[in-house]
Parts: sequence; C-alpha cells; structure tokens
Amino acid sequence: MTSPKSPGMNRRQALFSIGTAAAATGLATTGRAAELHGFPHETAMSADHLPVPAHRGGSFRILTDETDRATLKAAFDRLIPADDQGPSASEAGCLEFLDDQLSRPYGEGAALYLDGPMNREREAAIMGAAQVFATPRDRYAAGLPALEAYAQATDGAAFAALSPDRIDEILTGLEAGEIDLGDDVDGQAFFELMLQNAREGYLADPLYGGNRDMAGWKMIGFPGARYDFRPYIEKRGEELNLTPVSLIPND
Amino acid sequence: MANERPKADVVIVGLGWAGSVMAEELTRAGLNVVAIERGAWRDTSTDFPPAVDPDELRWHTRRELLQPMSVETTTFRNKTGQTAAPVRNWNAFQFGWNVGGAGTHWAGMSWRFLPWDFEVATQTAERYGEARLDSLMAEGLQLQDWGVTYEEMAPYYDRFERIAGTSGKAGNLNGERIKGGNVFEGPRERDYPTPELKDTNWMRMYRETTEGMGYNPFTIPAGNISQSYVNPLGVTMGPCTYCGFCDFHGCGNFSKSSPQACILPALMRRPNFTVLTETEVLHAVKHEDGKTVKGVQFVTRDGEEGFQPADVVCITAYQMDNVRLMLLSGIGEQYDPTTMKGTIGRNYSYQTCSSVTGFFSGAKMNPFIGGGALGVQIDDYNGDNFDHADLDFIGGAGIMGYSTNGRPIANMNGIRPGNKRWGSEWKEAYARDYQEVANIFCQGTSMPTRDAYLSLDPTYKDRHGQPLLRLTFDWNRNDKSMIDFATEKAIEIMKEAGGEDLMVDNQAEAAWNPYKQHSSHTIGGLVMGSDPSTSALNPYLQSWDCHNVFSVGASAFPNNGGYNPTLTVGALAVRAARAIHETYINNPGPLVEA
Ligand SMILES: Cc1cc2nc3c(=O)[nH]c(=O)nc-3n(C[C@H](O)[C@H](O)[C@H](O)COP(=O)(O)OP(=O)(O)OC[C@H]3O[C@@H](n4cnc5c(N)ncnc54)[C@H](O)[C@@H]3O)c2cc1C
Ligand code: SF4
Repeated sequence: MTSPKSPGMNRRQALFSIGTAAAATGLATTGRAAELHGFPHETAMSADHLPVPAHRGGSFRILTDETDRATLKAAFDRLIPADDQGPSASEAGCLEFLDDQLSRPYGEGAALYLDGPMNREREAAIMGAAQVFATPRDRYAAGLPALEAYAQATDGAAFAALSPDRIDEILTGLEAGEIDLGDDVDGQAFFELMLQNAREGYLADPLYGGNRDMAGWKMIGFPGARYDFRPYIEKRGEELNLTPVSLIPND
Repeated sequence: MANERPKADVVIVGLGWAGSVMAEELTRAGLNVVAIERGAWRDTSTDFPPAVDPDELRWHTRRELLQPMSVETTTFRNKTGQTAAPVRNWNAFQFGWNVGGAGTHWAGMSWRFLPWDFEVATQTAERYGEARLDSLMAEGLQLQDWGVTYEEMAPYYDRFERIAGTSGKAGNLNGERIKGGNVFEGPRERDYPTPELKDTNWMRMYRETTEGMGYNPFTIPAGNISQSYVNPLGVTMGPCTYCGFCDFHGCGNFSKSSPQACILPALMRRPNFTVLTETEVLHAVKHEDGKTVKGVQFVTRDGEEGFQPADVVCITAYQMDNVRLMLLSGIGEQYDPTTMKGTIGRNYSYQTCSSVTGFFSGAKMNPFIGGGALGVQIDDYNGDNFDHADLDFIGGAGIMGYSTNGRPIANMNGIRPGNKRWGSEWKEAYARDYQEVANIFCQGTSMPTRDAYLSLDPTYKDRHGQPLLRLTFDWNRNDKSMIDFATEKAIEIMKEAGGEDLMVDNQAEAAWNPYKQHSSHTIGGLVMGSDPSTSALNPYLQSWDCHNVFSVGASAFPNNGGYNPTLTVGALAVRAARAIHETYINNPGPLVEA
C-alpha cells in the first residue's frame, strides 16, 4: 500500500481531493483517505455537499418512453389532482422532479443493500412488509409498463385514456393490494413508491424541479428555508403570513 | 507487519461523540492519539451552512448524511431459530458516517439518566422485595446493575454538559427540588450552562395542561443552545434559531451540540492528534498471549489495507459497530442464550415508544418553528418515579409534547384519521391539518431479556466480505405492559389539552421490526458491570478480556432508561478517558480485579 499518510499532500489538497472525487459518484465520498493534522481552514464548500439543482431544459433523461410518461402523468395527476388547493402533480413539475431524482444516486439505489441471498417471502415475513430488491429506476421501468398492460387487459384502453374515476378505482385497488400487476411488480409497493415520489415532488424545495411557485408549500403554509424563527416563536398561535423562501431565487 | 504506521499511544476507532470526547481528554493529558474514521471530514461552513442545510428532501428524506446500508447493514430476526434477513432499505437504524458521527445529525435531547436506571436490579429488590426481582428474572428479564451509580456519574455528566453547552433548567440542585425543572432528576451540583429554550404554541399548551393535571412539566434539556456560549475548550457556539431542520441535518448556526461545534475546533489544533478519514477499521489484532491487542487493521477508501499499532485501543464506533468489532476481533466470548455463557452481544435492548396525535380545530401551531430537542416533558411516569407495587411491570416513560419540526414531506400523513393519503381529499386535509396537528411522544425504558442479543450473521457480508451483525429481538411482556400504561396517560393528556380525532401508535403492539420502528436508540451488547460473567466491560469501560481495549457507546448500557442515550454516552467517555490517562497508562493492566 501507499500509506494512507500522504506526506506531500497539504490540508487544502486533502480536502480538495475528498470533495471533488466524491461529487462524481453515488455514495457521498470517494477519493483518497486523508490524514488530517491541524484544523482545516478552507472555507470553500465541499463539492459533494453543494446543492445540485434539477436538470432543466425540458428533455427527459430516464423517463424517455412516451407511453410510460403518459401513464405516470395520469397516475400522478390523480394522486395529486388540480383543484382549489393548488395545481396538479404534473403542473407542479413532479414528472421533471422524478426524472431528475431517478438520474441521481437515489434512482440507482446507491444506498440500498442488494446482496443475496434474496428471498421475498421469508424477508417479507420477518420485516412485516415486502422488502425492496430493485433500484427505483428499475421499479419504474417495470411498473409503468405493467400498469399500462393491466389497463389494456381490463379496459382495452391505454391507462392514460381511462376516466379519472376509473384511474382512482385502479389506484385504490393497488393501494389495498387487490390488483395483481404480474410476477415482476408488487402492485401495492409500486403504488407506495409513486405516492411517495409524487408527494415529494410537490413538497420538496423547488430546487429539485417540483413544487413550482412553491405551490405545495403555499397549500399548507410552510415558509421554506427561512432558518431563523427567533422573531416568531413567542407569537404563539398567531397567523404569521410568512412568504415561503426557497434555496434558489424565484425564476 | 506491512504498511504499518508509526505507533500511537492510543488509537480511537470512530470519531463521533464518544471518540471525540475521549480524544480531547487524552490529547489534553499529553498522549499521542490517532483517530480512524470511516466517514469524511465534515464541518459547519463547508458542509451544511444555512444555504445548504434547510433541504428536507436531501437530508431527511434521502438521508444523505447517514451511513448507507450498502456500506454496512444489520440483519434481523425476532427469535433464535429464524433465519435473519438483511435490512435493505432505510429503517430505524440511522448511523453516522462522517467525522462527528451521529453527533452531527442527532436531535440534541440531552438527558442524565435517573439514579434508578443504573441500579434497576438492586433498587427493584430494595423497594419491592427480592421476590419481585426473582419473578421478573424468572420471566426472562436479565436485570443487572451497571457497576457505577448516578452519584459517581454526576461529575462526568457535568463535564459533558459544559462541553456540549446543554440548555435547561435544574430541577434538583444538590437535593433541593426546583419547580419548573425536572424535579425527578438526580441531584446536580450546578445549573445547566445555558437557560432552557423558549416554548412554542404547542409546548405552552402542553405545559399548562400537564401542570393543571398535577404533573411536573419542564423544558427538555437541549443540545440546541439557547444563547451564545463559550465552552471550557474555548469554543464559541451561537444561539439556536429554531430553524426546524435539526435531526437528520447538520446545524448551520454552530448551535447544535456536536463534535463539530464543540470539540473539533480545539482538538484538531493539538499537535498530538491525527485523524485518518475515510478509513475503516476492520478489526483489532491480538498479541500472541491473547490478553492485549497490538493495534488495529484498517482499509482506506481506495481499498488499501494498513495497520495502526497502539498501546491502547478505544472502540467508539457506535453501539452496533462496537459489538461487531469486538466479535470480528475475537475479543471475549459470544453470548449464547441457551447456555447464558459469553458476554459479547448480551443484554441488547431498545427503546419502548408510542405516540399520540391529536387535532385542534382552528389552531395555528406553526410547526415549522422547531428544534431537534424542543419540547416539554413530564417524568412523573418515568423510571421508578411512581409506585409500581400494584402494577405488573417495572420502568416507565418520559411523556413529551414536542415541536421538533414541520418538514412538509415528513409530516404529509399527519392528517385526521379517515382521510385518504392522496387525491383532493389529501390536499384539503393536509392544507387544514398541517397547522392543527400536535403530538405527544412516550419514550420508555427497555429491559434486557435472555433472548435478545447480537451475534455475527452466518450468511450476509459487508462490502469487505466481513460478516454483518445480526440482531435477535422482540418486545418483552414487561415493556409492553409499561408502554400500554404510559400511552393511556398520554391519551388522557391529549384529551385534556383539547385534542380531537386521536391517532395512537403503540410501537410495541406488534412484533418488532426495523421498518415499523422510529427510534434510533439501539442499546447494549457490550455492557459494563462488576461481574465478568455477565458483563463485557468493567465499570471503567475496559474489556475484561483484553485490558488495553476500552469501548464506549450505548452498547455499554445494561438496560435502557426512558431517555435518549447520548449524555450518558458522553459522560461514560469522559470517565473512561480519565481512567486511561490517570491510571492505566502508568500502570497497564486490569483496573478492576476480576
Ligand atoms: C436522527 C437521530 C436523532 C437523535 N437524537 C438524539 C437525541 O435527541 N438525544 C440523544 O441523546 N441521542 C440522539 N441520537 C443518538 C445519538 O446520535 C448517538 O447516541 C450518539 O451519536 C452516539 O455516539 P457514539 O460516539 O457512540 O457514535 P457516533 O457519534 O455515531 O460515532 C461513531 C463513529 O464511528 C464511525 N465508525 C463506525 N464503524 C467504524 C469503523 N469500522 N471504522 C472507523 N470508523 C467507524 C462512524 O462513521 C461514526 O462516525 C439521535 C440519533 C439519530 C440518528
Ligand atoms: S434547530 Fe437550532 S440547533 Fe437545530 S439545526 Fe436549527 S439552529 Fe441548529
């Protein structure tokens, strides 16, 4: 081995190497192990902790199949429809949000433990519910076509062409575990994944491509990334009317 | 040995709370210390400043500060005989993996345990009779004292509170009970370093309600500092802004007690301190005689292995990894639940919890005003603070009304029961209930049993091919009765406060599993005590089996109190480090005769 001690490396280089190499990979850090003496005085942000805004420009990078996207939009817009409370999931950017999330380490399942042996029944029995055996990207790649195939088989139409009531009925069936989407897709787990991601997109910082105009935050009255509530804590029970603040300036 | 580094006086394995407290004590005493930390260097201004920290999706939902399961996970089963499964996705275990450990992303509730918690066996027998203790033991509980009393721990608690800058109000100053503080706490010599935090709307309601019911509410002692403060190491902390992005997040304001905010600025400047980051210790290496270790074998991020020799090895890698590293190093004997022989892995316990949610029509709770440790608690039903003579359990729970956060994704199911989690029905419910919901949490004791333990998994491995740690655990009858009792009290309080449409989540109602549970407080497995046949460590946290190995963490607790663990971990770290530099270094050998 070269000793983990790199005598030629000063603190700046050590930190720099931690930060930049890390940004390139899924898990938080790579690069050389660093030997640190003395307090690192550098003030530049670690590259792998800088906020990374969602990819912009209108093109989809993971959800590239048009039918899949239409299926997803139809499902998302029933999970979060447009109404008096605010825009629909797709109007708020939740499809772009999901596409971007799936392009990140989250989509690759970088944090998951996916080593075998894998035994669905035994693991589900011990863990009280189905465990996850695939990355979110793969789960969408299998789940969306399965949903479309289900609609074609039961209704003879595209999922996206079904009436809102019929989509609600299918979503309700999935949620209750009463609809079988085939051997490769656990319908109930796929429903939970879509519901989780749709609502994440609606409620996460607009930095990530969803929650457009902070519509999700305005719906509930969450003031966002303000970070200092000392002036307000003693206004107990008062309506504070705080305009929400995002990590990125308003477009 | 190849790739051998220069010898250190002490090597610290894991630079989180316990590791940094020990390194500070030991370097101040002049010892040459090398810390080896699996995660990266992280600091306030470079890694979680205010422009980065208030990002719920990244830090809370995706848990990007935490140690991923792909790096190391745990396997789990409810009972011996089952084949355990690996925990594949995010779950109740929320391990740290950066310099600072879980001490960077913790919430900051900063409790001293009750005097009773240290002597459950003795005090149960004294107060309720030997027969009561015998019947609990016959039922399967494995009760034993810690080998250290609250009185002996008090000075170490005091030291850690001063370093961490804990906010709070004393409830027992040298035996004098003070209303407004926790009148049930053990005696303390002086008040907290900084005053208690302010009340949110819900805390004020909870305080007034419980006071009206005859209870003794107090503000939870907090590692969210209430005003600027300079600690004994000369490090300055700034006031908490009630930012509401605390647990799972770092703190951008230098306000959260953490190794970063309280210790590292002083420790890193000491010439006799070195830290190797992104370097994982694989195991300790024993001398031929098996009575001591020579140092630790490690692997860098790049996969290069090396050896760090040292006179003393301190294992401070968090409760689970402390146990795992002892087993991987072959130090001591694996506990066996059938023969009850062996001490490594013995006395695992958890935290028995429930929560009660209520809704207040028309209220403005403004839940986004929050802090990780922000809450009001009553301890009237914690520990042995109430008479158990006519109850069918021992132990109890702290019952708190809390205001930790109003993060929108985390709270999206906090809607009145009967409403759908999607569609316009969800939107309408969430738009209304976000401001109207309030929570009470019961954080209860957990008693060890013969059947709950840790061992190495025979099948599943980590990324380096080493066996994962396997947990065998389920709720015991005593703890279930205890939390049923505490939950009833919490329901009464919620109703009295005016909460409606109650939702009750009693976590002990169904079999334990790591996805259903919420508490990160895993306890025991490498416990301290005065009897080497039932404890792995002596009362100075020194291994009975290898006298130059010390291990500090919640792994050392023989049972869990109705509190979060960290102040006790920090206090034990001070105690162990002082034993090392005041006694052990000059005269290496067992500090207590077996
Ligand atoms: C979300 C959350 C909220 C919490 N809130 C509270 C609270 O309010 N109050 C409270 O008292 N406690 C709380 N805790 C618990 C608290 O964080 C821990 O009790 C505390 O950090 C334990 O200190 P430690 O030194 O034992 O471990 P840590 O601080 O986690 O440090 C252990 C370090 O060891 C490193 N390590 C592990 N294995 C190896 C290896 N093989 N080689 C090298 N390094 C290794 C890890 O990367 C880590 O940095 C909370 C925890 C979480 C996750
Ligand atoms: S609540 Fe206070 S201590 Fe916690 S992160 Fe925010 S400012 Fe820091």
